[in-house]
Amino acid sequence: MESTIVKSVDYNAYFGENHVVKNVNIEIPRNNVIAVMGPSGCGKTTFLRGINRMHELIPGATARGKIMLNNEDVMEMHPIFVRLKIGMVFQRPNPFPNLSIYDNVIAGYKLNGIKLPKADKDRIVEHSLTRVALWKEVKDSLTKKGSFLSGGQQQRLCIARAVAMEPEVLLFDEPTSALDPISTSTVEELFHELKKNYTLIIVTHNMQQAARVSDKTAFFYMGELVEYDVTKQMFTNPKDTRTQNYITGRFS
Amino acid sequence: MEAQKDTNLATRPEETSGRVVSIKKQGTVSNTKRIDRSFRQIRAENVFRRTLVIVALSMVVLVLGIMLTLIWQSTLSIRSSGVGYLWGKVWDPVRDIYGAYPYILGTLLTSFLALVISIPFSFAVGVFLGEYYPKGWMSDLLKNTVELIAAVPSVIYGFWALAVLVPIVRDFETKIGVEPVGLGIFSSSLILAVMVIPYAASLGRSMIQMVPANLKEAAYSLGATRWEVIRFVIFPYTRSGLFAGILLSLGRALGETMAVTMVIGNTSLIPKNIFSPGNTMASVIANEFTEADHPVYLSALIELGLVLFLVTVVINMIGKKMISRFTND
Repeated sequence: MESTIVKSVDYNAYFGENHVVKNVNIEIPRNNVIAVMGPSGCGKTTFLRGINRMHELIPGATARGKIMLNNEDVMEMHPIFVRLKIGMVFQRPNPFPNLSIYDNVIAGYKLNGIKLPKADKDRIVEHSLTRVALWKEVKDSLTKKGSFLSGGQQQRLCIARAVAMEPEVLLFDEPTSALDPISTSTVEELFHELKKNYTLIIVTHNMQQAARVSDKTAFFYMGELVEYDVTKQMFTNPKDTRTQNYITGRFS
Repeated sequence: MEAQKDTNLATRPEETSGRVVSIKKQGTVSNTKRIDRSFRQIRAENVFRRTLVIVALSMVVLVLGIMLTLIWQSTLSIRSSGVGYLWGKVWDPVRDIYGAYPYILGTLLTSFLALVISIPFSFAVGVFLGEYYPKGWMSDLLKNTVELIAAVPSVIYGFWALAVLVPIVRDFETKIGVEPVGLGIFSSSLILAVMVIPYAASLGRSMIQMVPANLKEAAYSLGATRWEVIRFVIFPYTRSGLFAGILLSLGRALGETMAVTMVIGNTSLIPKNIFSPGNTMASVIANEFTEADHPVYLSALIELGLVLFLVTVVINMIGKKMISRFTND
């Protein structure tokens, strides 16, 4: 029996008066890859950003309900602690342009004012870059700027930066939509590796990607969680007609 | 004449010519008038373009003219004082001894002190408007007020400083045990600091607003607080822009005349400390220009203007260069 790591209870999110995420109840099992899919504007990204409380950084954005992380409500926790436990990777690769590759990986420690001995830093950098299959490619150019890498490498560097903080959950907001097909498949392969140590929640507008990489899939439509099931089940035998219509491409 | 007009058309095909040619092709007599009108438009366009170029270039000529005049008029002083003018410590028009050192020192002291005092304020305003409250009535109020600071005539600052600031500074000087004059470098720097805040603040604000949101989000997602985002993301990203804003403020402070003249104490002695009375290049020129009764004296004052001009131009050029490099990255 898999244990639940993240659970949302009647989660609602708003932009001002605009109700974007409506009463979402979902249980996410540990060490799984969860794909969150749905048409544009269905609230999938907003829900994802709600999990680590990035949603509320936008002026006018509010949220109601509970997001439980290991049976602790993140809405009651300080956002900083939440974000240390739940890492995030964004749509466009965003390494810090003024930092070297090495410093980008340990940027989280630097930002949080944690001083580490050089040996620990070296170990974290090597470990994190190895986890994202980037170590071999960049180990001789660690002092170069992060922006010197290709788009796909930059995105893996961003994943390494999140991994370096040893979070429990990693959130991905359409992580491959700005990447070329080869980089995309490299990142997708990573998901299989990463789920051994972390729980991955991936927002994607790409159904094939959801089918390829995820164990379970959640389908959002108009701010509601319409269907949530084992991926194979969802794609072969959807229960809701809206899911069926989306999967068969009747709307997008 | 007609052919000449045609070639003229051919050289600027993208604008009016298309229309004219199509009218011509129709070839009816009744269209002749409209063709003429188009030619008139083209002629007007040429006249307009030339006028624009001439008027715009006259600005360059004007600045060059000012500089040449300054150089020309100061030759007399340069010849009589030599380079020693720059570090001569005595300014005595009666004996025709001109040393600008006390004024150069006074200018640099007041400007840099003003800069140091103003930086925390302009930084705070820039961060507040650029990062914390980019929209809403509060930011509008603050933004407009700060911009208003730049619009107030400097003689009014001078009055205010004389009436309010100088007595406060005098009390302060009594407390810390220096000669309680009130008028002096320190008072000038305070009022200058107020006057230069808008320059660095508004540039800082626009630079801070240009920091890409995804970089800030990256830092937030790693558990950074707002202050840490400002310190580790916004500040390094905007560093050269903020520095350029400070340089522009410095350029403004160096040349400010009226308010400083009113509160600096106007003495040609070398200031002993930041509370001493002194003089700046700009205020010496303003004070003594009408008294300059012989050619060398006048020329010495103009040379002072030349020095001020060069320093300000160099500082401004460096500032502009840094801004353009920042915005090109």
